Amino acid sequence: MYVNDTIAAIATASGEAGIGIVRISGDESIKIIDEIFRSVKDKKLSEYKERRMTYGHIIDPDTEEKIDEVLCYYTKGPYTYTREDIVEINCHGGTIPVKKILQLVLRKGARLAEPGEFTKRAFLNGRIDLAQAEAVMDLISAKTDKGFDVALDQLEGSLSKKVRDIRAKLLDMIAHIEVSIDYSEEDIDEVTLDYLLKESLEIKNQINNLLKTADAGKILREGLKTVIVGKPNVGKSSLLNALLKESRAIVTNIPGTTRDIIEEHVNIRGIPVRIIDTAGIRETDDVVEKIGVERSKMFFNTADLIILVIDISTELTEEDITIMELIKDKKALILLNKTDLPQKADLDKIKELVGDKKILKTSLILEDDLEIVETAIEELVYEGETRAKESLLVTNIRHKDLLEKALNNIEDGIKAIEQKMPLDFVEVDIKNTWENLGEITGDVVAEDIIDHIFKNFCLGK
Amino acid sequence: MAYRFDAGHYDVIVVGAGHAGCEAGLAAARLGKRTLILTMTLNSVAALACNPSIGGTGKGHLVREVDALGGEMGLNIDKTLVQCKMLNTAKGPAVHSLRAQADKFKYHTEMKKVLENEENLSLKQGEVVDLVVEDNTVKGVVTRTGATFYGKAVILATGVYLKSRIFMGEINYESGPDGLYPAQFLSERLKALGCDMRRFKTGTPVRIHRDSIDFTKVVPHEGDDEIVPFSFLNDRVDRPQEPCWLTRTTEETQKIILENIHRSAMYSGDIKSTGARYCPSIEDKMVRFKDKKSHQIFIEPEGMDTKEMYVQGLSTSLPEELQEVIAKTVPGLENVRIMRSAYAIEYDCINPLQLKPSLELKHIKNLFSAGQFNGTSGYEEAAAQGLMAGINAVLKIDGKPEFVLDRSEAYIGVLIDDLVTKGTNEPYRMMTSRAEYRLILRQDNADLRLTQKGYDIGLVTEERYDKYLKKKQQIEEEMKRLENTYISPSDANELLEKLNSTPIKTGMSLYNLLKRPELTYENLAPIDKTRPDDILRDVAKQCEISIKYDGYIDKQLKQIEQFKKLENKKLSEDIDYDKIEGIRIEARQKLNQIKPRSLGQASRISGVSPADISVLLVYLEQQRRKNKERD
Repeated sequence: MYVNDTIAAIATASGEAGIGIVRISGDESIKIIDEIFRSVKDKKLSEYKERRMTYGHIIDPDTEEKIDEVLCYYTKGPYTYTREDIVEINCHGGTIPVKKILQLVLRKGARLAEPGEFTKRAFLNGRIDLAQAEAVMDLISAKTDKGFDVALDQLEGSLSKKVRDIRAKLLDMIAHIEVSIDYSEEDIDEVTLDYLLKESLEIKNQINNLLKTADAGKILREGLKTVIVGKPNVGKSSLLNALLKESRAIVTNIPGTTRDIIEEHVNIRGIPVRIIDTAGIRETDDVVEKIGVERSKMFFNTADLIILVIDISTELTEEDITIMELIKDKKALILLNKTDLPQKADLDKIKELVGDKKILKTSLILEDDLEIVETAIEELVYEGETRAKESLLVTNIRHKDLLEKALNNIEDGIKAIEQKMPLDFVEVDIKNTWENLGEITGDVVAEDIIDHIFKNFCLGK
Repeated sequence: MAYRFDAGHYDVIVVGAGHAGCEAGLAAARLGKRTLILTMTLNSVAALACNPSIGGTGKGHLVREVDALGGEMGLNIDKTLVQCKMLNTAKGPAVHSLRAQADKFKYHTEMKKVLENEENLSLKQGEVVDLVVEDNTVKGVVTRTGATFYGKAVILATGVYLKSRIFMGEINYESGPDGLYPAQFLSERLKALGCDMRRFKTGTPVRIHRDSIDFTKVVPHEGDDEIVPFSFLNDRVDRPQEPCWLTRTTEETQKIILENIHRSAMYSGDIKSTGARYCPSIEDKMVRFKDKKSHQIFIEPEGMDTKEMYVQGLSTSLPEELQEVIAKTVPGLENVRIMRSAYAIEYDCINPLQLKPSLELKHIKNLFSAGQFNGTSGYEEAAAQGLMAGINAVLKIDGKPEFVLDRSEAYIGVLIDDLVTKGTNEPYRMMTSRAEYRLILRQDNADLRLTQKGYDIGLVTEERYDKYLKKKQQIEEEMKRLENTYISPSDANELLEKLNSTPIKTGMSLYNLLKRPELTYENLAPIDKTRPDDILRDVAKQCEISIKYDGYIDKQLKQIEQFKKLENKKLSEDIDYDKIEGIRIEARQKLNQIKPRSLGQASRISGVSPADISVLLVYLEQQRRKNKERD
């Protein structure tokens, strides 16, 4: 945290500001923005002049997904606040686009800035004066007094336990490798690549699972963005009203999108749910029809959950089928409504079209049936995990960042094992994974390895 | 005051002629200083008091580094080895380690010869009992006979001799190792001078008569067919090799030991000092790993002109009478005749946190120390420190900046940084796992890493330097050639198929071909038509390693770059950490005690957190600006 790597953070206050700014500082800033930004003329930012606000899109190069339309600029050090190369991305406000962009920037090699780190760099690189530095000092020492414990407290007990369990496994692997290297003539079992591969795959899985909870964690923090779709008169408005119950929550305009769309906030079993409501839904108008197929696609893309309502008392129409095809790869619940009436829709056809998505049969007039919907939403958020594990959520973006690094390292390790690289090379990746995870819990101590070796292996002359 | 007389004036005085003392004295003398080595007995110069071998994992790296800097250990073992083995050849090149069995008597006489023939170097017998210290600066040493030798710098390399005591079962008595005298006085005097002395323990196994071994029951372990020399100066070493012999303890061994465990000095409570975890006695192994029914025993020759054999694995502090009973439970040793008994030995050493990275004591100027005195174990660790202490004593006298290697440059750097930054609670032994940048710190490139530095200091001879330059140049040229030499499919594919390698479709450089795991510099020879005839084997190896593992080597180089950024942020020795706000109390105490030289070093002190480092960063910048304003 004190090396001059490239750092990034959200520079605007969190909340519902009109615009959000992601700031990047360090040698890699421009390289990173060039990887993820395309101007409307399909150019990289560095192809434009310094300090020129340039219009374009942030695009995830791995998925080609357009994340947001943005204005951004770069300035080269030393004529910047931190005296390093700086890039600023102005995007739509609201937490989601900003965080998504930040996460992408982190994935491309920046590190999440510590509190006050831009200012600290400004000072260290000679940008601000002594008096200002005192303030920085206060900031840092305030952090010092609280120490690591706070960071640890913030961790839910079970997350740090989980991370420690994975680390314990990694430490076993490291000690095994080290013993095989440093005590190759002792009569201990040499570590095998099979064992390392098995363990590494297991660890990769566990890290992956933790990262999955990061998404659930994000939902708990930011709300589950939900869209209700279906052709007219299938019961969308009954569903919405039932979910809203008496607790008619705040209604906000979503900035940067069409004015036709508003958000309803409800709380379902502790999960904040943001129901994206085109003005149309309650007028029993159809989203797809109203905003057009292309735009609904984009709309579905940003949703965490889509609830498709189908009236099974009538035959399936082209429209139903179009929607089902549109949501094929999305997280969705299929509500077969009006089960109190005789069934006319072809159930098999629906099953065929929606694949393994959860299908619920409801009659939304009934209170019990609402329960079924709520349970299904809850299960989707926790991905089948029980509520007891709720505390096992990765909610902190720094932790997520480190988990992603750990994942990359263990994957490198697996690659090295598969290529039959010598043990000491494999160990580099495994040790890096161990260190990444150690940064989450605050315990990175090299001496651990040596203690572990001597505790577990009978060695020496 | 006791009787004293002026016995002469020197630049550098070295106390002790073990592996640290020899390197220290030779380095000082070779750098042109009038040097004196004092030792309690000239019969134990460079004694291999425990195992008759040099090198091993991590340790072999140290020997290579000492050699690359112009030290003597590598040359001496090349002259006296009786078996040589490259360990870990099934693993990556970074952890290949040389280990040689030494003829311990010859090792001693050869090293003594080198000392005797060194210009500027005097070798004398005498026990140092006191230091002359004025104004917190050492001025000389006094021997038991009152001889006062004056020196501009003194290097303490006292090994296990300070107030040493031997333990065998219920018996214990004051004694140095191997029947030698202990040094009874110096330790108390050092305490009086403010040294934080502590007590460590080590031990040695039995030595047995060769003719009492039943060789039909033990398994021979031969050395490598081809001896790889330790010294970069030697292109080849041809010496006859002797096997070592492997046998194992039995359940009977375990039974007798566990029945008598209360009689072991280690377990009766007589020994209170700290032993090394990696050097346990046999009873220790049996107690701590009860499930392990059998332990390896290696029988190693002590030399060519002796029938004494060293029994690795039978180190013990059990009573002498039991030692033979125990040995006889081991297959092949049924009729064993023990010639020297095993014992544990306790001795005084200094807390190395009192040392600067130059190995000078922080509180007594011009006083340096090296080897077991600093809390390490092992001949190689001792030699490495001796060499560094010798160099730094000379630099100090000459008023030049100290010579410190960092953790990314050498195992020597790792060793000394660990000692002076983290300290040690047990005799410290080098292991490759202690080096963060292991892939870079290989034994095969120690000369490329260090010989230039040794030359700049003045310790490396022209002969060694020329060899190094030639190798370096060849590597550069050969790498270029490998990158620029393209092989066409028609030339390559026949061979590739033979080697089970995917055929190529377009021309490919030798460089890229070498990246394939199944292809080597050697097996590509038939299609490499432009290969120069005079390529050194070492050069080929360097090229191959850099090409094959470049991904990982790059990873480590990047880590080193980050590491260097913090190492380059220097901290002055005069900083009063009590006056810096924002540092936590525990960190404050540690920082005041250790006085780190750089932020990097500070960050490795246990108890100093990343937040403390941030505070120091800001403090440094404040100081820099204040100084600038003043200018």
